[in-house]
Formats: sequence, C-alpha cells, structure tokens
Amino acid sequence: MTRQLRYFEALREAQAQILASDPRSYLIGLGAPGPTGIFGTTAGLQQRFGAERVLDMPASENGMTGVALGTALMGRRPIVIHIRVDFAVLAMEPLVNQVAKWHYMYGGKMTAPLTVRMIIGRGWGQGPQHSQSLQAWFAHVPGLKVVMPTTAHDAKGMLIAAVEDDAPVILFEHRWLYNVSGPVPEEMYRVPLDQAATRRRGRDVTLAGTSYMTLECLRAADLLARIGIDADVIDLRTLTPIDVPALTESVGRTGHLVVADTGHVQFGAGAEVCAAVAERAFAALKAPPRRIGLPHVPAPTTPALADLYYPRAREIARAALDSLGSAAALPPEPDDPRRWKDVPDPSFNGPY
Amino acid sequence: MVEETIARLYAEQEMRCPTHLCIGQEAIPVGVSAHLTATDLVFSGHRSHGHYLAKGGDLRAMVAELYGRETGCARGKGGSQHLVDLACGFMGSAPILASTVSVGVGAAWGARMAGEDRVVVVYFGDAATEEGAFHEAMNFAAVRRLPVVFVCENNLYSVHSPLAIRQPPRPISALGGAHGVAAACGDGNDVEAVHALASGAVARARRGDGPTLLEFATYRLMEHCGPNGDLELGYRSAEEIAAWQARDPVAVYRNRLAADGALDAAAQERAAAETAREIDDAVAFAKASPFPAPDQLARFVYPETGR
Repeated sequence: MTRQLRYFEALREAQAQILASDPRSYLIGLGAPGPTGIFGTTAGLQQRFGAERVLDMPASENGMTGVALGTALMGRRPIVIHIRVDFAVLAMEPLVNQVAKWHYMYGGKMTAPLTVRMIIGRGWGQGPQHSQSLQAWFAHVPGLKVVMPTTAHDAKGMLIAAVEDDAPVILFEHRWLYNVSGPVPEEMYRVPLDQAATRRRGRDVTLAGTSYMTLECLRAADLLARIGIDADVIDLRTLTPIDVPALTESVGRTGHLVVADTGHVQFGAGAEVCAAVAERAFAALKAPPRRIGLPHVPAPTTPALADLYYPRAREIARAALDSLGSAAALPPEPDDPRRWKDVPDPSFNGPY
Repeated sequence: MVEETIARLYAEQEMRCPTHLCIGQEAIPVGVSAHLTATDLVFSGHRSHGHYLAKGGDLRAMVAELYGRETGCARGKGGSQHLVDLACGFMGSAPILASTVSVGVGAAWGARMAGEDRVVVVYFGDAATEEGAFHEAMNFAAVRRLPVVFVCENNLYSVHSPLAIRQPPRPISALGGAHGVAAACGDGNDVEAVHALASGAVARARRGDGPTLLEFATYRLMEHCGPNGDLELGYRSAEEIAAWQARDPVAVYRNRLAADGALDAAAQERAAAETAREIDDAVAFAKASPFPAPDQLARFVYPETGR
C-alpha cells in the first residue's frame, strides 16, 4: 500500500525536498521557523536547512512581498507563506501591480518565479478576518497562477511544480484539508498546474468543487448515490486556467452542472466556471448551472451563525436534485452528536 | 536636451504614454551614478528618464519605448513609466509610489544570497516616503544591513499637492534614524554636492556597512506629467518657479565649469552637437521601428520557458 501522509505533512515534505534539491529556494513567512511551524507545514525545516533558507520576517506583508520579488529577479525561488489569506490582502499592491506584471511590462526580460502559500481559515470562530477565501481576486489578474490542491498528493506535487514554474503561483490551502490523509509518493513529483482531476465517475450530474468543497461534493455524491443518482465529481485544482475541456466533457455526458466553491458566490470562481461551460457547451446543458458557495456576508464568528454560513454536502445535493428536476428526498441526516459543526472532525480542536 | 526634444515632439501625438519629465532634477542621477559600476543595480519610479540614462541606459531603446515600438526597451509594453535595461543594471521603474523600493531591497538581498557584490540604488520622490511600503522596505534593509542607497528626490510636490500638507516640518532624511539607517540631506541641484554625498553612501554600501537614505532638495520645472509648464494651474507661484529656474542644475554647473575655465564655448558646442546627433538618431530609429505585431498582445503574460 502506498504511504499515507496528511495534507500538512505532504506540504512539509514538498518544501523539504525543494530546499534540499534547489539551492536557489528559500522559505519565508511570519512564524515559519516558529515552534508551531505554520500548522506543522514548516516544522523542523529551519533546524535542517538553516536560518538563511527558512526565515521569519518582519510583519510587513507588503514590503516583504516586494523583497521576495526582488530576490526572484536575482535568481532565487522564494516561497512566501501567509498563515491566513486575510493577511495577504496587505500584499495586494506588490502581488497585483508588480509580481503579476513584471514579466509582461518589461517585455519578457525578467521572470518573477515566486510561490505564495495562502491558508484559508474556517471554523472555531475564525470570523470576518481569519477565514476569507479570496482566490477569485487573484485569478482575475493576468500573470498570476492560482491553484487549489485538495488532496495530500496534489498539495505536494503542485507545490513542487509551483516552485519550479517560472511564473508566480499562488497556492490556496484550506485549513480543513490539513489533517486529511492520502497516498503520497516519497519521491519528488509534479502535478500539472493547469488540469482538473475527476474524483468520481458518474453519468447524471456533474459536481465541480474547489479545494475543500470537492470533499463536500464527494459527500453529496454519496448522498445522491443512495437515491439512485450517479454524480461525476471534478476537483478543479486550478483556476488559471479553469480546465474547461474536462468540464465540458463531463457536462456533455451529464447535462447538469453544480459548482461548489470555498469563496463567495457573487463574482466568484463558480460564476466563472458556469460562464465558461455555458459559453462552450450550452447545448449540452439541460438546466441552468447551479452555484454553491458563501453568501454575500462576512464570515460570522459565533458557531450559531457560522454553521448556517457554510454550505455543505446537503446543499450541493439539493442543487443537483433541483437541476435534475427531481422531487426525490435526500436520505435523512445521520445523527450528529456535535452541537456545533465548526470543526471538520474530532482531530481539530480550538484554538487553531 | 533629450527631454526637451521629447517635449517638443510630444505634440505630434506619436508618443502615446504618460511621460514624466525630470527637467530640473538632472543633477541627482548624474551625481549618484558616477559611483556605480555596470553590475550595480538601479530601480526607479515614474520620473525615471534621468535615472535610466545616467546609469547607461540605451537612448534608442528608451525613445522607441516612448513611441510604443517593438524595439523599445520593454517592447512597447511599458512606455515611459516602465523603462528597463538589464545590460547596464537598470532593473525597472514603476509608477505606484514606493513599489520599487522593496523590490530594490530584495534585489540587494538576492544578490547577497547569490554571493554577488552589488550596490542597489532606489530612486523615489518625497511622496513615496508617505507610503507604508517605503518604511517596510527601509526596516528590512536595516535589519539585514543590505547594500542599498535610498535616494529621495524631494521636489516639494506630489502631482499638485504640496509637501507641507502631507508631511510634518522635519527633513525626510530624519526618517532614516527612525529605521536605524544612516541618512543625510543635500542640495539636489548641485551635482558636486550630490556626488559628494553619494560617494559616502555608495562606499558604505559597498563595504558592507548597510543602507543609507539620501534626501536631495530639488524641483520639477515642468508639469507633473506631460511636455509643458503648469503655471496656469495656480498651485505654485511664478516667483517660486523662477527662483528654481535660476538654480537649474544643468545651467548652474555649465556656468561653474565655464567660470573655472574647465569648459570653453567650443567644447560646449561640440558636446551639444554630439548630443543632438544622438537624440536625432534615437528619434529616427524609433520612428522607423515597427510597432509590435498583433501576435505580441498576449505574449509574456506567462513565461514561455515553463519550468
């Protein structure tokens, strides 16, 4: 049996192998060498690779992104880490105006091979400024590549591919994926940054997810299977580009599309996916595509509201039934002894 | 003379990009660049023609860039606000205030990581020091004692907003001390004064003693952006402009050299004629150059090299 690693362990192994194999690479982030090591993803790396390869930094997300760009222009391969997406908002100027455009606006004379890791928080009261999922902002900007690995396997392979890519790549990592295990080869390998992956083959409806919402799509597929509906589940994995051929192939078979994204529905990744499919495979669609995501509301902190805020497998399954025009009832919810559903599983406990 | 030509030809509407002339501020890059080698690096902001040329940037490629031609230094994709010439170490310029300050600091750090001895000069205006990113970059340069010279060209206005409503009455160079960065200020319209201050700062960077902030008092004689004056806008007085015009750094230095007997009329004429020829050649080259082909529109969004 292939070795199993958790998502955060796969990220740590990827970084260790990058640091060991590419002397140009270095890793920098607030708390990166600290005792908790960015939720374990950088733990022990400074001890192994030294203080000049694994670095803490001033609380200067803007300035340090520009600094990382400067080092990249001089041939380095930085990995910049933001422990929450929300902190990276401070780095929008250098990311959007400089990093994204440096290659283009100087006529291809230089490249800006930065990798930026951003962690999407969720649950245990992360609230308005610790749980934003802003991938659509970055995917809107030409010059940036935006990827969202869902599995431990892809986390490692996409991070390695990101660092080796000459373009700037932003890796969105959902906190609720961190403890999920999966098969991860020990050697260095690359997962392409431009391809979706089919996680389940089905013929009735296409469920396409980003990041953690792919897992909710798989749970929705299980619910639907129990009432005889066979869902195709696509893990989008990348937003730049969206793998439209994979989507149209699937929709060509199913005629129905539900997109589940970790971000806000309005102007979100799901809208782009639906538009791309509608433009290219309108005739294949038997019903309007459906979007599942966050409402146009900041994330509330109290679990009483947060539990209402986040859509889950049942919402995805209901959207599928709606698209299919099915009046079938979903199987009843299994008894869940937990009062609040603000952690993904019992392995997570606050504060985190 | 380059910018006077640009200003004259700008009316032809063939240089179709925002163009910020540095007439009145020429002494600063000349005095600073005299201390730099070809492997030293320069970053700049929107008013960058002087910085580019003083570092040895290719005049033909600059003028062609303003004309939007394929032969431009950025293949027409950057324009006046995004000059680049890697051969001479001019790494780029950008119009978002202070945005290249941190990139320059990073380049100094990256060069050190690679074991290369390079000094990095970053030019910016007075308003850039109001940006948070400026302070973040200064802070990190000081933490790492990086070989950077921060050159502030204080021309008293951010577009049309005067310094006094934007900053308290203290020298900008005082910001250096707050960051543990050596600092000095001087007359930016006196090329010898610039040369003397820059000498110490560049030497300090080169011997590994860390960054320096230099503030130079100077004045933009033309409008913020474009080929004309702007007295009619009323945000600065005719007296103020005239006082600075009398201190035009090129004229001041020319007169000083002449008075010292270092520059006679014949030499002046020869130099002017030679420069005029270079400028004519660059303009002719630009105008004769092709525009980028349509297939260049989406080129260089992402590197073609892949991994």
